[in-house]
Amino acid sequence: MSTDLYRWADQLQLGTDIDNPVMPFLRQDRIPHIWCPGCGIGTTVNCFARALTESGLDLDKVAIVSGIGCTGRVAGYMNLDSFHTTHGRAIPFATGLKLANPELKVVVYSGDGDLFAIGGNHFIHAARRNMDIMVVCVNNFTYGMTGGQVAPTTPLGPTQTTMPYGNFEPSFNLPFLADACGAVYVARWTVYHVKQLAKAMQEGLKKKGFVFIEALSPCPTLYSRRNRLGDGVDQLKYYKEKSVQKNGADTKELALGFQEEIIVGKFVDRERPTWLESMNEHFSRVLGTRYQPWGVTHAED
Amino acid sequence: MVSWKGGFGVSAAEEIKRGKGTIFLRPEICKGCSFCIDFCPTHCLEFSRDFNKKGYHYPVLPRPEDCTGCDLCGLYCPDFAIFGVRYKDLEKRRQALLAAGFVDVQQG
Amino acid sequence: MHADPKGVLTGVHFLDGDHAACEGALAAGCRFVAGYPITPSTEVVERFAARIPTVGGVFIQMEDEIASSIAIQGAAWAGKKVMTVTSGPGLSLMMEHVGLAAFTETPCVFVDVQRGGPSTGLPTLPGQADMMQVKWGSHGDYEPIALSPNSPQECFDLMVKAFNLAEIYRVPVFFMMDEVVGHMTERVQIPPAEEIEVVERRWSSRPPGQYRPYETGEDLVPDMVKAGDGYRIHITGLTHDERGYPAMNPTAHGALVRRIHDKIRRHADALVDIREDGVEGAEVVVVSFGITSRVAAAAVEAARQQGLKVGHMRLIITWPFPARRIAEVARQVKGIVVPELNMGQMVLEVERAAAGRVPVHSVPHAGGTVHEPEVILEKILEAAR
Repeated sequence: MSTDLYRWADQLQLGTDIDNPVMPFLRQDRIPHIWCPGCGIGTTVNCFARALTESGLDLDKVAIVSGIGCTGRVAGYMNLDSFHTTHGRAIPFATGLKLANPELKVVVYSGDGDLFAIGGNHFIHAARRNMDIMVVCVNNFTYGMTGGQVAPTTPLGPTQTTMPYGNFEPSFNLPFLADACGAVYVARWTVYHVKQLAKAMQEGLKKKGFVFIEALSPCPTLYSRRNRLGDGVDQLKYYKEKSVQKNGADTKELALGFQEEIIVGKFVDRERPTWLESMNEHFSRVLGTRYQPWGVTHAED
Repeated sequence: MVSWKGGFGVSAAEEIKRGKGTIFLRPEICKGCSFCIDFCPTHCLEFSRDFNKKGYHYPVLPRPEDCTGCDLCGLYCPDFAIFGVRYKDLEKRRQALLAAGFVDVQQG
Repeated sequence: MHADPKGVLTGVHFLDGDHAACEGALAAGCRFVAGYPITPSTEVVERFAARIPTVGGVFIQMEDEIASSIAIQGAAWAGKKVMTVTSGPGLSLMMEHVGLAAFTETPCVFVDVQRGGPSTGLPTLPGQADMMQVKWGSHGDYEPIALSPNSPQECFDLMVKAFNLAEIYRVPVFFMMDEVVGHMTERVQIPPAEEIEVVERRWSSRPPGQYRPYETGEDLVPDMVKAGDGYRIHITGLTHDERGYPAMNPTAHGALVRRIHDKIRRHADALVDIREDGVEGAEVVVVSFGITSRVAAAAVEAARQQGLKVGHMRLIITWPFPARRIAEVARQVKGIVVPELNMGQMVLEVERAAAGRVPVHSVPHAGGTVHEPEVILEKILEAAR
């Protein structure tokens, strides 16, 4: 067995951590992480790292806020100002962070249960207000951290611990919800679509206003295993097989069924004044020179 | 700095055919999920027969000549255990580091 | 450090407690408020909403109290002095985030304009029944600071103190008003900015890479930084180590929980603020706080006119409870009387501190109005027998 190749490659290991594009974004003293084999959250982090690199943003000004859950752990692994807050409340925390220092680029990175069950109210209001934050929702159709309970995104049919005979509750169509609440950028991809997901995140980072990106991801240990869907890679194969890209599709048509067709793509990309822009414009008009506009309205302005 | 194993392969050939790139792997943090193996565009990765301390089979590069260094494996890897790199980028990096005063150290 | 004149409405005003509290916050340097309307506290944020655009800062009415209580913490980590304002039902909703602020050591002020409770209760009438809640309402162990003003003037003055304490100790500080103090209109004198002593946040002087968010020195309070300055901090509500990283083991947990208690307990003496009147040589002492103290003062006066030596101890800081001072006094008097607009809350602390040395007489009241002085007087007379 020849080892020439190894030696040659080894000779180039001058700190090859630098060569791995995701490494600078990770708190390396906390790797390996807690996610299961075949869980897609780490994959989304790779996409996010790539998006951050491509966006050219000053990483000192990027803050990541997570809630509670498996995806909520992302904040802890990323080498950014990171905040691991309470269950469902990442968005209002992010709101305070952003409004107090508008120069920050604030990203909320959390799971479907955290964002849409307990956090649902905060999501709809932040979208309505067009808060200048990006929300990445890793949707694995379950509450993973607590052992696989039904979530507002669990499709009809599969079994979860709190729906032991199969889920009979209808689920949210997340892009539709985000669209209806006024999000200015709405996209859905899966962790099979790594390049597109990274691209969407990059666009989202550059977009002013409330950005929502749904990333479907496997939960091999709970959602998949309980419903005999195989490993993480089997779920990725399902995503590959059943995904249909329909950019600009009507968000009403994007509901997900159990192991059925998945419509992916960018569905909403529009302009609306952000909350801060509205505040500044309004107060300037009403109060004239007595008012000093607050902060810059976008990290890149 | 973390130590990575370079270009894992099982080639028995004396003359090693080089592809456009190679992969670096941390076998001990791999969880054998198979994303990289299944989604490598040139199918140049396979599970090793060996396994790490946790019992997971990690990928190896039996056909290094097929690796383009596209880093799709790295983009997929949920455990940050593997990444691909093009030889020309690696050489650029090496030159830059040497110029900055780093010493070329052979890893064990 | 002196107050920023932009936020100081110097002059003599005729304000109610809610309005004065808002002015106190502005004078203290508060520049971010997230709130939700709830009687009888709403005026605090209404005034803030009207004032902040020309002072410079942000007010946002959030969708609920839960959002308000954490939005302020986001703003605190962006470097601002922050406050939220509520009453009983809202405070109950905020409880999880009280614990978050305590565990992450986020400086913030929670104003509770107490009303009749429990539940929806009496929105427009006073109570003082949230006193124990601020200490024990969030799950787990934590040591908050709580202040009780009894006039609009104090709503201004003590609010500045509240913000200062939040910055010094990096804890949630509770400003325990009540509906009467909040809605009574009195003379409020706001001094010039140079005369208002304001404590700024203790920023770390260490560069990124050398700074550890929860490393402390003698005073057990860590230096703070803010997002956006390159520190790449990690802040979590999970039990964490000095780096701020989750450290879910009993050792780290014990160390952290004990330190957040010790940082208050060790400074217990500095955190005593009692306005004492005639306690020296008293036979009976009345311990009161907030609006009840005004009624108690009348009762104390009446008792003195009957020839009794009665002292009055008005607690400004109720948490941490001044157990040592109460214990001292307990050794000197025949009885302690504790009137409060609740079914007996701070009296439990008085009893605890007195440790059986002296009879402690509770004067409970379900709330909805203030005590009648005669009721307190009767108890004073009973205590003197």
